[in-house]
Amino acid sequence: MGARPRVRGSAWLLTLAAGMLLAGALAIPIENARGAAAAAQTAPSTGGQTRDDAQSSTADHTKFRALQGPFTSGPEVTRACIRCHTEAAKQIHKTTHWTWRFDNPITGQELGKRNVINNFCVATATNWPRCTSCHIGYGWKDESFDFDEQANVDCLVCHDTTGTYRKFPTAAGHPAYEDKKFGPRLFKAVDLVAVAQNVGKPGRQNCGACHFFGGGGDAVKHGDLDSSMLSPSHELDVHMATDGLNFACTTCHTTGSHDVTGSRYVTKAVDRYGIDVPGHTDDTRATCESCHGLTPHPEDNHPKLNDHTDRVACATCHVPEFARGGKKTKMWWDWSTAGKRNDEGKTFVEKDADGYPVYDSKKGDFRWEDNVVPEYHWFDGRIEYTLLGERIDDTGIVDINRITGHSGDPDSRIWPFKVMRGKQPYDSRQKILAIPHLFGKDETAFWRNFEWGKALTTGLLARNVEFSGEYGFVETVYYWPILHMVAPKEQALACNDCHTKAGGRLASLTGFYMPGRDSYLWLSQLGWAAVALTLFGVLVHLAIRVVARMRGR
Amino acid sequence: MAKIRAIVFTRFERFAHWSQAILIILLMITGFEVNGAYALLGYEMAADWHRVFAWTLIGLWVFVIFWNFVTGEWKQYIPTTEKLIAVARYYTKGIFDVNVPHPYKKTRAAKHNPLQRLAYLSFNLAISPVIWVSGLLYMYYNDWGKLGLDWLTLGAVAGVHAAAAFAMLAFFIAHVYMAFTGKPWTAYLWAMITGVDEVEDENGEPEPTPSPAE
Repeated sequence: MGARPRVRGSAWLLTLAAGMLLAGALAIPIENARGAAAAAQTAPSTGGQTRDDAQSSTADHTKFRALQGPFTSGPEVTRACIRCHTEAAKQIHKTTHWTWRFDNPITGQELGKRNVINNFCVATATNWPRCTSCHIGYGWKDESFDFDEQANVDCLVCHDTTGTYRKFPTAAGHPAYEDKKFGPRLFKAVDLVAVAQNVGKPGRQNCGACHFFGGGGDAVKHGDLDSSMLSPSHELDVHMATDGLNFACTTCHTTGSHDVTGSRYVTKAVDRYGIDVPGHTDDTRATCESCHGLTPHPEDNHPKLNDHTDRVACATCHVPEFARGGKKTKMWWDWSTAGKRNDEGKTFVEKDADGYPVYDSKKGDFRWEDNVVPEYHWFDGRIEYTLLGERIDDTGIVDINRITGHSGDPDSRIWPFKVMRGKQPYDSRQKILAIPHLFGKDETAFWRNFEWGKALTTGLLARNVEFSGEYGFVETVYYWPILHMVAPKEQALACNDCHTKAGGRLASLTGFYMPGRDSYLWLSQLGWAAVALTLFGVLVHLAIRVVARMRGR
Repeated sequence: MAKIRAIVFTRFERFAHWSQAILIILLMITGFEVNGAYALLGYEMAADWHRVFAWTLIGLWVFVIFWNFVTGEWKQYIPTTEKLIAVARYYTKGIFDVNVPHPYKKTRAAKHNPLQRLAYLSFNLAISPVIWVSGLLYMYYNDWGKLGLDWLTLGAVAGVHAAAAFAMLAFFIAHVYMAFTGKPWTAYLWAMITGVDEVEDENGEPEPTPSPAE
């Protein structure tokens, strides 16, 4: 028996050690993805617009003789600009902002506003003076516009810092040179000299003047870009917050030779360059990864967060909802009901309780939503458009653009989208999407005579397509990747938003196993059956024992 | 041989047994939630705690394996056919008669009957390894590429893990029941709590292999 006490002695030591290990392990605090590291670091507000003000410039434009005026038109100002900035207009001539033409390097498709058909106002052809009020030029009122004329470039719309320069909505890119009304809204005559003398780098207001109002009004088109992003709170957008980082659009959408990076037409589903290092990468910061890298969550955060970047795009968790700034975005546009007249035979507009039009004789029915939960899809960055002339299947819903990607593809990520739906006119004999001539003073413009036949004939002809004479309305879908309105990390999605048995955000995505959402029904049934059988066997054994014992007495 | 009362389960064994029991119960509660059987803590909490309990149990296991080797106690799990039939017959027949004694004569060096040896051995060599390997693979899903395991699918690994968990639960139920089959019915349970059990006096028989520390 001599050895035993010592065996037990060392066992006791091991017990103690194991106990300490157990206690230590149990004491590890569970880190919460939502709560951990909640204390936000506030960076000094040197970025964005504030740094690029007049004080940091080496040139005081008020002192330039060429800018003393007087100027009678925008092109006159441009001529003054390019006397010093000799290459600027030529650079602009090469950009999508100017050409409205974008060659997609992945699909080979020719896109751009000039070419694509959307399910808002459908297409730019024949509607130029209205649409081109957002062109970076002057005078694109019809097909004869001179794209080689340097003076046609509008420098001021991007470089005005006074906030007084506005393109008139129907003037093909020109501002109001004398006081002019658009509906009830007065556009004051612009002081071109003052604007020309106060040029600077583009701020949110410059980009926003067009991009916040895409689709014909505030917040209509994108869902994650609207006028609430002019001076957003930290809550609305952590990067552009005026009380925080105060980024301008160009902080991320970096430019070179007047070419702005980060086009939605070639969305990068994943940016493997990671953190942008000059000389080594693609010289754009228009992806999250450009600043945050591919493992953006700090080491002391939840261990699984960085493990998600191989499958999930940043925006999926960090833009939990779009249209969060108090503006509703358009989610549905049904052209098929356009043209109704009220009892007095007049066109009319019906508004909801919040003042948003839900019916407009000129445009049809609308649905608006705010704080919208995005739809999620696998996305590899490839977007293919249904372009003019492409045969459509009118028995179903037509994709205006098709996004591709799947769970097995290492280059695909789960992305959030605003999905714009609606009904729009199509040529029902040729089975192609149609182009309505909406705006204009001629007799075929839809907004003048409300006759689809004439409007479609003119619209299609402008793109060299002959209208068959038969039309219908087909339901269409347009996918818009969501990236802006990045919420504070406390509001980012947490595990349970997706990893849940039913009703999770990714409930509709199939083809892969997601813990917490998926399990095998047959395995569970088999497993529980085995467990139940064991329990049953044990209980029967117990019952026999009890009965035998009672008899034994 | 006469019967004596002796320490059969050392303090370490009892500590390890009951810690493992608690951890396995907690792992089953959290694990079956992750597998979608019910909603109790929510996925995030369930998965987080499952991971903590798993690492704790792995730590415990490292000690247990080490202990078994240095003490030679691992030999308690060597399977044998001797008296296997007799013991099986006892549990299906003799147990129902108060007067029939257990056919297996426990000693300090051979404290598990042949059925126990088989059950614990399959627990140690089948259920547990499958659960650990599949569980660690599950946890390190993101490193499969680096490990050359790209051919695996998460669904398969999760399925194997769940299957092993069901086996664990079935084992657990049977094991808990068997703990109450002593005579008197709490005898085995008390032995596992106090460590003291009635065994044959092995006077003259060899002691368990002493640990290298001696």
